[in-house]
Amino acid sequence: MSKKYDVIIIGAGSVGVPAAYAMSREGLKVAVIESLPSSGQGQNKKAIGGIRATHTNPSKILLCQDSIDIVSNWEDRYGHDIEWFQGGYTFVAYNEAHEQLMKENLVIQKESGLNINWVEREKIIELVPGISKEGLLGGTYSPEDGNSSPLKTLYAIQKQSLTTGAEYFFKESVTNIELKKGAVKKVITNKDEYEADFVINAAGASAKQIGEMVGLNLPIFPDSHESGISEPVQKFIDPLVVDLRPGKGTKNFYFYQNIEGKFILCLTPEPIIPGINENETSVFLPQVAQRLIGLIPRTKHLKMRRTWRGLYPMTPDGSPIVGKVADFKGYINAVGMCGQGYMLGPGLGELLARLAMEKTSPSDDRILEELSLERDFGKIEKLK
Amino acid sequence: MPYSQQNRIKNHPVLQEKESVVVNFTFDDKKLFGKKGEMISSALIANGIQIFGKHPEDKAPLGIFCANGQCAQCTVLVDGIALKSCMTPLNEGQKIESIEDYPPLPEDDEEVVFKPIPTIDTDVLIIGAGPAGLQAALTLAKLGSKTILIDDKDRLGGKLLLQTHKFFGSVKDSFAGTRGIEIAKILEEQIKEFENIEVWLDSPCIAVFSDKLVGVLKGDKYVHINPKKLLVATGAREKMLTFPGNTLPGVYGAGAFQTLVNRDLVKSSEKIFIIGGGNVGIIAGYHAIQAGIEVVGLVEALPKCGGYKVHEDKLRRLDVPIYTRHTVIATHGKNHVEAVTISQIDEKFQPIKGTERTFEVDTVLIAIGLDPVNEFYVKAKEFGMDVWAAGDALEIAEASSAMFSGKIAGMKIGQSLGHTKEDVPTEWEEKAEILKSHPGPVVKIEKPIREEGICPVFHCNQEIPCNPCTSVCPKELIVIPEGGILGLPEFQKEQEVECIGCAQCVAVCPGLAVTLLDYREDSNYPEVTIPTEIFVEKVEEGDKLMVVNEDGEELGIHEVEKVRILKKYSKTQLVTVKLPKKVALEAVSFKTPKAYELKEIEQYKDIIPDEAIICRCERITAGEIRALIRMGITDANELKAKSKVGMGACGAKTCSKLIEKLFREEGISYDEITPFVQRPLFIEVPLKYFTGSQEEDE
Repeated sequence: MSKKYDVIIIGAGSVGVPAAYAMSREGLKVAVIESLPSSGQGQNKKAIGGIRATHTNPSKILLCQDSIDIVSNWEDRYGHDIEWFQGGYTFVAYNEAHEQLMKENLVIQKESGLNINWVEREKIIELVPGISKEGLLGGTYSPEDGNSSPLKTLYAIQKQSLTTGAEYFFKESVTNIELKKGAVKKVITNKDEYEADFVINAAGASAKQIGEMVGLNLPIFPDSHESGISEPVQKFIDPLVVDLRPGKGTKNFYFYQNIEGKFILCLTPEPIIPGINENETSVFLPQVAQRLIGLIPRTKHLKMRRTWRGLYPMTPDGSPIVGKVADFKGYINAVGMCGQGYMLGPGLGELLARLAMEKTSPSDDRILEELSLERDFGKIEKLK
Repeated sequence: MPYSQQNRIKNHPVLQEKESVVVNFTFDDKKLFGKKGEMISSALIANGIQIFGKHPEDKAPLGIFCANGQCAQCTVLVDGIALKSCMTPLNEGQKIESIEDYPPLPEDDEEVVFKPIPTIDTDVLIIGAGPAGLQAALTLAKLGSKTILIDDKDRLGGKLLLQTHKFFGSVKDSFAGTRGIEIAKILEEQIKEFENIEVWLDSPCIAVFSDKLVGVLKGDKYVHINPKKLLVATGAREKMLTFPGNTLPGVYGAGAFQTLVNRDLVKSSEKIFIIGGGNVGIIAGYHAIQAGIEVVGLVEALPKCGGYKVHEDKLRRLDVPIYTRHTVIATHGKNHVEAVTISQIDEKFQPIKGTERTFEVDTVLIAIGLDPVNEFYVKAKEFGMDVWAAGDALEIAEASSAMFSGKIAGMKIGQSLGHTKEDVPTEWEEKAEILKSHPGPVVKIEKPIREEGICPVFHCNQEIPCNPCTSVCPKELIVIPEGGILGLPEFQKEQEVECIGCAQCVAVCPGLAVTLLDYREDSNYPEVTIPTEIFVEKVEEGDKLMVVNEDGEELGIHEVEKVRILKKYSKTQLVTVKLPKKVALEAVSFKTPKAYELKEIEQYKDIIPDEAIICRCERITAGEIRALIRMGITDANELKAKSKVGMGACGAKTCSKLIEKLFREEGISYDEITPFVQRPLFIEVPLKYFTGSQEEDE
């Protein structure tokens, strides 16, 4: 006999866990199936922890505004310390092209209701003490963005979802999804079988393989980024800082100092490194030293503690693929987060719950249209 | 405190303080003196400072722990920069400060020039220049391989530098009868003879990367090494225990203690208690006494100590109480260890209520065993590199065995490089095995009664891998009839040649378990020559000493007839006394008068096992971890995500093993556990080293 649920979520990560929380809270019977031994052991624990609504795709802006709302109120609401810190985000501009790009983006961002502004050089110097002043023009500052601990946040959400009845099955791999008359019937794992009205693909970097089980060819191409964390030092930088200038072998560089005082650093390699290799390389430390010390010289004394390498499940346009698929009733995509699953997850979980309960709003419908698998992937997100 | 009044070991039976320059420094604005170039931690301890700072999270006091550059418990601010005091040399005028909160980054906004990180090719990279690494380097050098030998310390030898006692093993090939510190010097001299060995000191390995490069801090310069072959000879780290008070300054490993006392000659303690009756614990106890530190007691969980009987006897003879079937259940103190509570344990190693005893001590040494430092080996294997391990990094054993393990690895690497076609000599493999042997049962031996002439008496009644007495006898009168070097030595009395009383066998014995009897003058009162390494002062003719037997039983106070010191064994005094023939065969050593009284104090109340710290970096208690395990967690990474255990500066070096133990205690078998994922870096490293520009800094 197979087990029966309203919803089966494949993947207990940044997307799956908040979805399980939102859906179980709304009274749905939810099971989460995860091949790894515990939640967040795929890419969630690789996330650096920034949560921003500062995007150029209106859907992402809306989803992340919801995420910020959920995460920033979490401790007050449920009492779990998730190390939320509303330090804002600042994109710094050292050339006119970037200044122009940022100012153009401001138009869309402000239209979507974002609290974001262009700030002058002096303000950036105040926000990021010790920042290299040479050539600094200014930047954007969005004070409502922030960061929290991915480990603690996911754990808190999972804990909450358990109180509303979500069930988790770890060390269990989905081997097949059975369809009947164009509708999802059963999810089969190496240990069990599950029947459900909805199956949500929240498998992160493995989402393409799950999609193939129902005959979908999802355009998801993981590439890898390395990250690092430092020792804690007295906190002196509040916002998460993004530097879009290219460096040697690198593109974007971004970091923040978390509530404990540790610096968490990540960069986008140039060219990208496609594939799912998550082993640490010798390349990262010299690159990240150059980027951070180049930007803030006093960090030369900062001690690096640990490095790791995580995957960004990329889509051709840099935006996620979310929603139902015409031919397969009951199957829902929540895939291709492009390295932003952590910040999109909580807001997306709420949307998925409304979708499963057929209670979507007109704004939700616009998001779902914009993030649909059937969309035109030609429009590129400018702040990937 | 003037230098002359500091806690330094100025008189030691074996070690001599080196001449050094005295420098000024300050600690929290107090003016202090220390030795130029000594580690800051040792300078502080010499000045009576045991508390180096407070943990920013819970203000728990922090002091020396590993004394080995591996944890970060001893971190202090040196001229504004947070550094490990056990790895930072003292210099004139340094401003050293304790840390109580996370320190600010110095506002040093000078820009840095970036340069590419050099990549260095070599046939072989050996990580670790202890007994295994040194022997591997020598073996490879003889085969013509180009080797880079790196070590994170400022001198060669690894843990040989802490071993002031004579080694067991065989004379021919593992320096038996020679002190570890001397072996380090001999090997260093040999290393210098080879141009194809490049030695990098002060050069910790920080990571092995998946692109098959090894990241090394060569002094102040970060480099990538691209070795054809990698040998990991990184030794071992000390196992810890979980008990309330286990992170108080004053609780540390026997190896850390030996680093302070034997390498740096600082008197870290007045009264110590030792946990663990293996060779490491027993030897550390003897080293303590040699350094003028009292050993209040030693506990061993098993019914018998696991160390060599001759080592144990040395402690027993000095009246050190050895409590078998006991364990430590807590250490107490406000900012430093002030007392220890031990307890008897039952068959299941659980403390028996009502048997607790508390003693006043200032230091508790944990000597319950070692774990291989094999992170680099595991990573290199995972990344498909040609990698070997040797010594303790491969398997925990005696240093003498590690030397063979190094030679064998060197040979195998030489073969794989095509630098030799010879096979590893089978006798090497055999010897490496023999030298790993655990001691056999204690046997009762009949001491040959021959009340004429001169003859040695062996107080050696347990099979251990050791044969120096057989090889030093110029008349070849000492043999091991059976069992190879594991067997017990015997004196060949029915020979034509006679013992000449040279006392080489007495002086060489690492166990101080050979005496020499001379009946020629008076067969009723033979002269008995007894080795000793316990007296700081030279024993003089006419001194009156208490003679004891193997079990430490007193055989009366006797006057010293003469004292001999053989040139080759200059730190072993050979003291001759005249004894009645009845006790002459039994006599084996001398006892020093006890300088202290065993101070048992009233038991501390409320020992809560859950208060023991598992992760000393993030201050996570056993109680917190147990509660999580009881929720059904079997993934150590989930424990980490939920509690931060293992996320600190040291990279889970100590807590990962403690967590395994907690899982077992909670009934979860090893197979069910998902271990921590290991990530670089091995130690924390300032970002500036990765800029490639350090060369021009100094």
